[in-house]
Amino acid sequence: MQKFNTLKSIPAYLPIVNIDTDMIIPKQFLKTIKRTGLGKNLFFEMRYDDQGKEIRDFILNQNPFNNSKILIAGKNFGCGSSREHAPWALLDFGITCVISSSFADIFYSNCFKNGILPIVLEEEKIKELSEYANRKEEISVDLNKNKIVYGNNEIKFDVDKFKKKCLLEGLDDIALSLKKSEKIKNFEKDLKNQKPWIFND
Amino acid sequence: MPNTLYDKIWNDHLVDLQDDGTALLFVDRHLVHEVTSPQAFEGLRNSNRKVRHPNLTLAVADHNVPTTDRSKGISDKESKIQVETLEANCKEFGIKLFGMNDKRQGIVHVTGPEQGFTQPGTVIVCGDSHTATHGAFGSLAFGIGTSEVEHVLATQTLVQKKAKNFRVNVNGKLPLGVTSKDVILQIIGKIGTAGGTGCVIEYAGDLIRSLSVEQRMTICNMTIEGGARAGLIAPDEKIFKYLKDRPMSPKDKDWDKAMEYWKNLKTDEGAKFDKEIDLQAEEILPMITWGTSPQDVITIDEKVPNPQNEKDEDRKNSLERSLNYMGLKPNMAAKDIKIDKVFIGSCTNGRIEDLREAAKILKDKKIAAHVHAMVVPGSGLVKEQAEQEGLDKIFVNSGFEWREPGCSMCLAMNADKLKPQERCASTSNRNFEGRQGRGGRTHLVSPGMAAAAAISGNLDDVRKYQN
Repeated sequence: MQKFNTLKSIPAYLPIVNIDTDMIIPKQFLKTIKRTGLGKNLFFEMRYDDQGKEIRDFILNQNPFNNSKILIAGKNFGCGSSREHAPWALLDFGITCVISSSFADIFYSNCFKNGILPIVLEEEKIKELSEYANRKEEISVDLNKNKIVYGNNEIKFDVDKFKKKCLLEGLDDIALSLKKSEKIKNFEKDLKNQKPWIFND
Repeated sequence: MPNTLYDKIWNDHLVDLQDDGTALLFVDRHLVHEVTSPQAFEGLRNSNRKVRHPNLTLAVADHNVPTTDRSKGISDKESKIQVETLEANCKEFGIKLFGMNDKRQGIVHVTGPEQGFTQPGTVIVCGDSHTATHGAFGSLAFGIGTSEVEHVLATQTLVQKKAKNFRVNVNGKLPLGVTSKDVILQIIGKIGTAGGTGCVIEYAGDLIRSLSVEQRMTICNMTIEGGARAGLIAPDEKIFKYLKDRPMSPKDKDWDKAMEYWKNLKTDEGAKFDKEIDLQAEEILPMITWGTSPQDVITIDEKVPNPQNEKDEDRKNSLERSLNYMGLKPNMAAKDIKIDKVFIGSCTNGRIEDLREAAKILKDKKIAAHVHAMVVPGSGLVKEQAEQEGLDKIFVNSGFEWREPGCSMCLAMNADKLKPQERCASTSNRNFEGRQGRGGRTHLVSPGMAAAAAISGNLDDVRKYQN
């Protein structure tokens, strides 16, 4: 996984609430057996018309937002399906930080597995940051210091310590868990004694 | 200290707990389907890892499979590759798979319970948000992403943080024609699609206890639409009776031992909940969704909302966007909404009791001439059971198409989808923009309400057709 440290970009602002994972990446693109190549289909139905041409009004079709690395969006971002194709599509497009006043649980945890930082801020702060999108000015995110710097201001944000460490170091979750193999083995041994029916053999 | 059912299952599965609250949780049951697993198996191969417990894993292809004649295989090239990839992966890693032509094949959340793979007190995961369905058995069941699927395959564990406890109490008796689908739509309408974020919901109260196992599954299934990852109900005699003698249920001495454990799976008196709400069953009516979020619910007697009445600017914009997408006018009566299609099926409402409920309404009736309607049973076994009961004939005689099992038009990954602007009364779980096909318009309803809509040609009150 790619490490996340600091990020500087003009943010793109999508003021829609309840952006679901069907909107982020519709089902016809879930047939892939790869993780890559989904960026061109990100927000497909809002981004292209019936003929497959880019819709000019859509924010990510406009310069400089087509190069934004930070997306600011309405509350409950990423609700709906568990598809990891949603963070894969964002990542492939180049977005590695999403800022909203709330995220759906599964999407939120999927982000961290892919080097994307989801940041939760109060609505008021979101409005402030969205002004930078409107004015096409850069903001910067510093994960190490848990802060966003914009103009002469800064906002602190919270992030789980363990998740932060994984992002900063680009750690592979599975390798970390496999270090606890002994504990898993012991658990399984007890389980076999206490609940023999679980193992189905 | 008194514990909730969720606390108990959680504590019972802790392999490791770090100081910061990050836990490693043992996973008893892992369901796998073709859409969210290929990249996980690929990851295992790339890192030279094995599946830790192939026999705690069960796979079935459901999202991409055609619901029409399967003798010629899958015509869509990409769908075919995905299903074949699942087959190859299961073979390589030694995982049991119900193939497309196996009668046990079906939607993963219908198949798991049917086989007795789903059991009380277990932790069940699947790369699918509707895994919450299995919570009806008193298990902690939730959807995960593909990276987590890979993690479970490799370690049989998952890195988790504990969620909050949220209890939803429903007491009383449901009025005639009102079902568990209406109950869960009402709950989502009340708490909103983010109302359960960060929580596990326990459903309790005498109405919940009076529901059948399948009706409970409908409620737990849509818990994710209220933002909670998992919903659960304490197991009781109905659950034990359902599981007895299923192919993968515990047998003989194991059954007795399991029963001893299962019987104690309930929330202790005085256990603390972070959130709690109460609903009275008598006040719940047949529901429909009018908009593009499952929280956009009204009763069949009500009118579509008017954005002008909204003071909150965000909410107003969101209402306008939904009405515009749905092609509806403010203040329009629910019953004036004309429909083009009807879909009965999905992991929410594709089980035998759902089909019986719809067939009861459709018996000796014809659907409206302009309506195209189909039934997609939740599994091959549901289909077989329905055919034994003659339900297929009732559906076909009324004008419905009788299809092969799968996810079908719930998410339209196969050939079953809405055309732009087509409007559907659907027993599925999501009415998001484009969910059932680009530009398609979805109204979520119960199976009985879907049948009533098919007959009338517009959204209608199921009670009108009840004897």
